[in-house]
Amino acid sequence: MNYLARKIRDGVLLLIGVSALSFLLLEIAPGNFLSEMQLNPQISPETVAALRVRYGLDRPVPVRYLRWLHSTATGDFGYSFSYNVPVADLVWPRAKNTLLLTTCASLLAWIVALPVGIGMALKRGSAAAQAASGIVSLLLAIPELTLALGALVFAAYTRIFPIGGMFSFSAENASGGAALVDLGRHLVLPASVLALGVAPMLVRHIRAAVIEVLDAGFVRAGRALGIPRRTLLFEYVLRAAANPLISLAGLSVAGLLSMSLLVEVVLSWPGLGPLLLEAIFARDIFLVIAVVMLSTAFLVCGNFLSDFALLACDPRIRRDIS
Amino acid sequence: MNAKIKIGVAIALLGCHLFILFPGFFAPYNPIEQNRDFPYRPPELPRLRDAAGNWHVRPFIYAATGDDAGTPARQAAVPIHFFVSGARYQIAGSLHSRYHLFGTENGARVFLLGTDELGRDQLSRLLYGARISLFAGILATALSLAIGLAVGTFAGYYGGVAGAAVVRVADFFIALPWIYLLLAVRAFLPLRLGAGWSFAVIVIVLGFIGWARQARIVRSVVLAARERGFVRAARGFGASDFYLLRRHVVPQTFGVLLTQATILIPQYVIAETTLSFFGLGMSEPHASIGNLLSALQHYDVLVSYWWMYVPAVVLVPLCLGYSAVASAVHDRFGKAYL
Repeated sequence: MNYLARKIRDGVLLLIGVSALSFLLLEIAPGNFLSEMQLNPQISPETVAALRVRYGLDRPVPVRYLRWLHSTATGDFGYSFSYNVPVADLVWPRAKNTLLLTTCASLLAWIVALPVGIGMALKRGSAAAQAASGIVSLLLAIPELTLALGALVFAAYTRIFPIGGMFSFSAENASGGAALVDLGRHLVLPASVLALGVAPMLVRHIRAAVIEVLDAGFVRAGRALGIPRRTLLFEYVLRAAANPLISLAGLSVAGLLSMSLLVEVVLSWPGLGPLLLEAIFARDIFLVIAVVMLSTAFLVCGNFLSDFALLACDPRIRRDIS
Repeated sequence: MNAKIKIGVAIALLGCHLFILFPGFFAPYNPIEQNRDFPYRPPELPRLRDAAGNWHVRPFIYAATGDDAGTPARQAAVPIHFFVSGARYQIAGSLHSRYHLFGTENGARVFLLGTDELGRDQLSRLLYGARISLFAGILATALSLAIGLAVGTFAGYYGGVAGAAVVRVADFFIALPWIYLLLAVRAFLPLRLGAGWSFAVIVIVLGFIGWARQARIVRSVVLAARERGFVRAARGFGASDFYLLRRHVVPQTFGVLLTQATILIPQYVIAETTLSFFGLGMSEPHASIGNLLSALQHYDVLVSYWWMYVPAVVLVPLCLGYSAVASAVHDRFGKAYL
């Protein structure tokens, strides 16, 4: 599979690029974790110097980069200054939570967006479709921050859904089923805000993709032949429209991750977002780099999955690469 | 949407910018002036009908009094006057003025949007804050477009290995999730900065993060423009590269750039808001929209003082207005040279 190998190579190059760029920025940037410590009169200069040696900050950048690559290859992702543990221990549990949130949210968004987008394309020009397109435009104009804060206000006033975290204190020792229900209740708010943020963009693209196919000659021919509308839609139109939509699913991962960071911070979901902010405020550079790397890795995986799905679904692509 | 509505929206949006360009006149108070006696005053709307049921011609408010113990019935009704003189402010950094659009004549306070924790007038803070956020958005857009124009023109006009390399680098930047990129770049810069520096950092970081997409768009326009008949003819007559670029090629990108600007400005305003909300942008006591919203991170503020949420709502008409203008500009200029 030459095609997939090329995609994997591109992804790995992207990750190496991100890490190299991070170290370059690190070198240019003024100050580091220890420069705050130097200002503290209670910590002697000798201690700071010893820490510098211990953390390897006295070495030139290429050496540090190679050491970091080695540490990443062995699964540590470097060392967190502020938590005093390998970065991997901090990052993996958070990454799982982010993955859970984004997966649920994007499933929800697609489940809502697909019927709405297809319906808007089929009933193009009708009053209902125009109203729907007005609502989509309005939702597109609402910034995610406004949306997330609005959800927070809503939850605070109605108290229907819990705010913040993944589990209630009371459910800490609950059995499997009860814990799952508790997790689900905590997931509702962040997942629906995230889905609401992504869905309008999806609806627009789905509508455009379906309309393009509906206007194609073979669909008109099929209609003239008397193929039932339902069969025509499911067997012909949607299959032809699937290609741009699968690419869209891959491309929307970047936006989803960005939005997820904001939602996680505002609604205190213990994902990568809050960890990244903490790391920035603590000047915990390896933690920052690891979180950014992981988000890029998610992106690469998302794109790879969508490429793979395209390959599986679209015979034209299989033909082009063989 | 038809063209007339779009023009109306564009004019309204321009009006909002005037509003924000001269916040000193529209804002009744100095945004950083504290009134420790009035923390978290709820919004007080002007009334025409008093507690006794009598109607008044001039709008009035029940003034916030110093002891804050009086019920509305016992508080004095203070008429609202227009063009009153109040706190000094600067217009465009040089002229001084004391005139405000509205206020009271006896020094009683009008808080149309309530006050924050330190008793600062939220309306004044919102107007000054929106100015900061909008300026940051506009300047970052200009920076981003300038970099995109320079890099994209170079890559499109000269092409070759360097051009291909530029495209690869741009693709690399486009591929990253932008908030992570934004925060990562911000993470390497000092955390605590003065007002001027933090504004500059916001503009520069935003500007440098957005260049890639602009560069790709400009490059595609330049690639097409370079091969158009009149450009080839001019080249045949012996025109220099510089002349061709200045006279024929670069002007063809202006329509696309204008469309991109109307799309980018609201995005950057939101990005600034996000940064300041996280505490990585404008710092206290200066207001920006994100800064004003960060108070909502405290649970008690969120549940007790709903008016602190107003700055978030203001972003919605701004984005709606810009998206209407973007679609009008796109219809008019966007496709002209493509």
